[in-house]
Amino acid sequence: MCGVMAASDLLTLTPAGLYCPSGDFHIDPLRPVPRALITHGHSDHARAGHGQVLATAQTLGIMALRYGPDFAGAMQAIAYGERVKMGDVGVSFHPAGHVLGSAQILIEAQRCRLVISGDYKRAADPTCAAFEVVPCDVFITEATFGLPVFRHPPLAQEVEKLIRSCQLFPDRAHLVGAYSLGKAQRVMALLRQCGWDRPIYIHGAMEKITRFYQEQGIDLGDVRKVAAADRPNLAGEIIICPPSATQDIWARKFPDPVVAFASGWMRIRARARQGGVQLPLVISDHADWDDLCTTVEESGCTEVWVTHGAEDALVHWATQKGLRARPLHMMGYGDEGEDEPVSEGAA
Amino acid sequence: MNRFAALLDRLAYEPSRNNKRRLLVDYFRTTDDPDRGYALAAMTGSLKFAHAKPALIRSLIAERIDPVLFAMSYDYVGDLSETVALLWPAPDLAHRPNTAPQLSTIVETLHETPKSGLLQQIALWLDALDETGRWALLKLITGALRIGVSARLAKTTLASLGNIDPQEVEEVWHGLRPPYLDLFAWVEGREPRPISDDPAPFRAPMLAHALETAQFETLQAGDFTAEWKWDGIRVQAVSGTGRDGAHVTRLYSRTGEDMSHSFPDMIEALQAFDDVTIDGELLVVRDGRVQPFSVLQQRLNRKTVSAKLIQDFPLHIRAYDLLADQGEDLRPLPFVERRARLEALFARIKPRQFDLSPIISFGTWDELTQARADPALAGAGPDADAIEGVMLKRKDSIYVPGRPTGPWWKWKRDPFNVDAVLMYAQRGHGRRSSFYSDFTFGVWRATAQGDELVPVGKAYFGFTDEELAQLDRWVRNHTLNRFGPVREVTANAGEGLVLEIAFEGLNRSARHKSGVAMRFPRIARIRWDKPARDADRIENLEALLRG
Repeated sequence: MCGVMAASDLLTLTPAGLYCPSGDFHIDPLRPVPRALITHGHSDHARAGHGQVLATAQTLGIMALRYGPDFAGAMQAIAYGERVKMGDVGVSFHPAGHVLGSAQILIEAQRCRLVISGDYKRAADPTCAAFEVVPCDVFITEATFGLPVFRHPPLAQEVEKLIRSCQLFPDRAHLVGAYSLGKAQRVMALLRQCGWDRPIYIHGAMEKITRFYQEQGIDLGDVRKVAAADRPNLAGEIIICPPSATQDIWARKFPDPVVAFASGWMRIRARARQGGVQLPLVISDHADWDDLCTTVEESGCTEVWVTHGAEDALVHWATQKGLRARPLHMMGYGDEGEDEPVSEGAA
Repeated sequence: MNRFAALLDRLAYEPSRNNKRRLLVDYFRTTDDPDRGYALAAMTGSLKFAHAKPALIRSLIAERIDPVLFAMSYDYVGDLSETVALLWPAPDLAHRPNTAPQLSTIVETLHETPKSGLLQQIALWLDALDETGRWALLKLITGALRIGVSARLAKTTLASLGNIDPQEVEEVWHGLRPPYLDLFAWVEGREPRPISDDPAPFRAPMLAHALETAQFETLQAGDFTAEWKWDGIRVQAVSGTGRDGAHVTRLYSRTGEDMSHSFPDMIEALQAFDDVTIDGELLVVRDGRVQPFSVLQQRLNRKTVSAKLIQDFPLHIRAYDLLADQGEDLRPLPFVERRARLEALFARIKPRQFDLSPIISFGTWDELTQARADPALAGAGPDADAIEGVMLKRKDSIYVPGRPTGPWWKWKRDPFNVDAVLMYAQRGHGRRSSFYSDFTFGVWRATAQGDELVPVGKAYFGFTDEELAQLDRWVRNHTLNRFGPVREVTANAGEGLVLEIAFEGLNRSARHKSGVAMRFPRIARIRWDKPARDADRIENLEALLRG
């Protein structure tokens, strides 16, 4: 049990992001710092140019893939559950279930346990380690989908929607917009679970990261990069690409494409329509409202800080539950990558 | 209900008419009676639930969720039915009804349930459905589907199931009731065409093809009669007598939609006729002068029709054909005979708010060409402003539903043209979602700071696929600013793309910055050769405004 003073002394908010003075490190800093702990490899959390980086081996691998091998002065890998001492505090990483290598970070001080969730989800994901509840006094959570309208539906139902559409429109290519790191590979794995045994085609921009997943032992079946000349011949096939590619000149050569988008935002119809999406798939790598609430309760915390997303509703809910709750209003952390640029050799 | 919900869900996102049709065909083929019939009724606006109002839905959710969370959610989602569908606290599996309700059960129960029991009944259904099902249910009972499927599309799709002419479906439609078991049995070839006992049925109209000038060489002037093509709304005015002896009068649109409730004054005038079907044009006539379409438009699509509206926009039907008279089907008769019957009918009844569409006298195509070029001189007088060309009808033409080639031709007035400068381009939808295909264009206007472009319209067709690709490339290479899906392009005296815009007419408009609104604008030509500074000026357009 720790008091308000103790907790806010242990972790403070600086322009670079969350900072632990006792251990002299930042967590997911937004600008270069001497020592950074990184929860996961998405570019808004994992940036290049830090002095030292502590993260899971998989996150380090993803960063190297993104930024080149010299993305930081020094890197140290940490396994899930392993505890290291940093200054006056102990630090350990625990699975967050968000993407491959993603972690929550537990900071243990003498009288206080603090968990920084990073981005997390509790729904099934065959491509990464499952979320573990880490008991704590202060739970610092994301709230990307922090409104009670966000209740993610059963995954199989969404994937079946896609497969059914391929059967109904065998003359049309099905372009599935999905964030390159994590979502894309999860959609592939879910398709395999639902029995889709045809080759899955991918945009060139997600080839490297997908191969990385496969090298890490994630079975995705037959995954092929789309060659420019193939595009007119992919009627009835599933092609996974960065969301913005569905609106790109690249998308034109496919036969009468059905534009799908795999994201938690697809729960909101206006959002899907604005994006020109014809087949919204509610597949999210973030906790939905029910899971956010459940996780706060299961953590046993007495205090909740909300880093980013729709803070107000979750703070309201936690306060009603008798918890101390406050929004951090952190800027710079994105949602589910709607504007991810297409780069790395579009094809 | 789940299948119907999945259909609505998919239709709501599908922009292509053809693909919507395929989704509908799949649904009608694989769904049993009577569910599919109620689905058809929902999509054609044939279901009305008197007591299901948005206030009821609000009260349902108010009992179940914290008001602060509801307010935040509704504010974020923006649509009441959708918010409630997403927020609804589904009971855990042990307490959930084990089957989702059928669409037919829902429709039938709603009709039988008194207002007092409605709240509890709807709550039970919401418990049994998933998010999409709840959304569809709430949309269904509040009558706001908004899935981009017209009644016409639903009916033509149904006709295509059995290779039946859609006009035939329209003809039987008004005699049938949900869940349309007889209709499905007919299109599937299991039973003969349903017999309509509607005393005032809709008869599918005969339509004309557009005439190209070159076709005159193959046509004999002596075979045809000509009338003005009035710029109003094609309607069918029907009166009949029910089995109970009641006089029934209706006004249909050319697609068979019953518009009677919007035009009570016209319906009253129609009382003068017994058992007739009149084909004609609905117009506004003030002081004996036919008003342009823009005036008629102000009377359309009104929720309530006030006495003032009726007085300010006096309606009139200019009749050009008689399809049935005293129970006799006149459609197999040649046009000249039907016309004679029409004239005799009007001579006998002398109806108010009805008159005959005048016949244009001409001996040669040259004479008709002249009449079309100047209707005022050729007998139309002050009504010339409401004329958009001429109609040619073969004297021997029988009345055939649909658009047969040969008997009837429409020969529209030449369109207006203006050279405008491309200002903004917006990405299209569906097949065009990666193309900049909606183009906003402007003309020059003088200001104190010199000439500036003022937008005068938006066009999204008139070009070939190849031209679209060229336009798209030009837009991408000349982008100044991006606003979401819209790009602002280079458009100044020195550099800009000139588009020749063809349009059917121009109205004054307080809503547009330029003060004018074009009717039916399309891109006639891309003027790659023309410097932007030589494009037209707003004065050129203002000169076209009448009155």
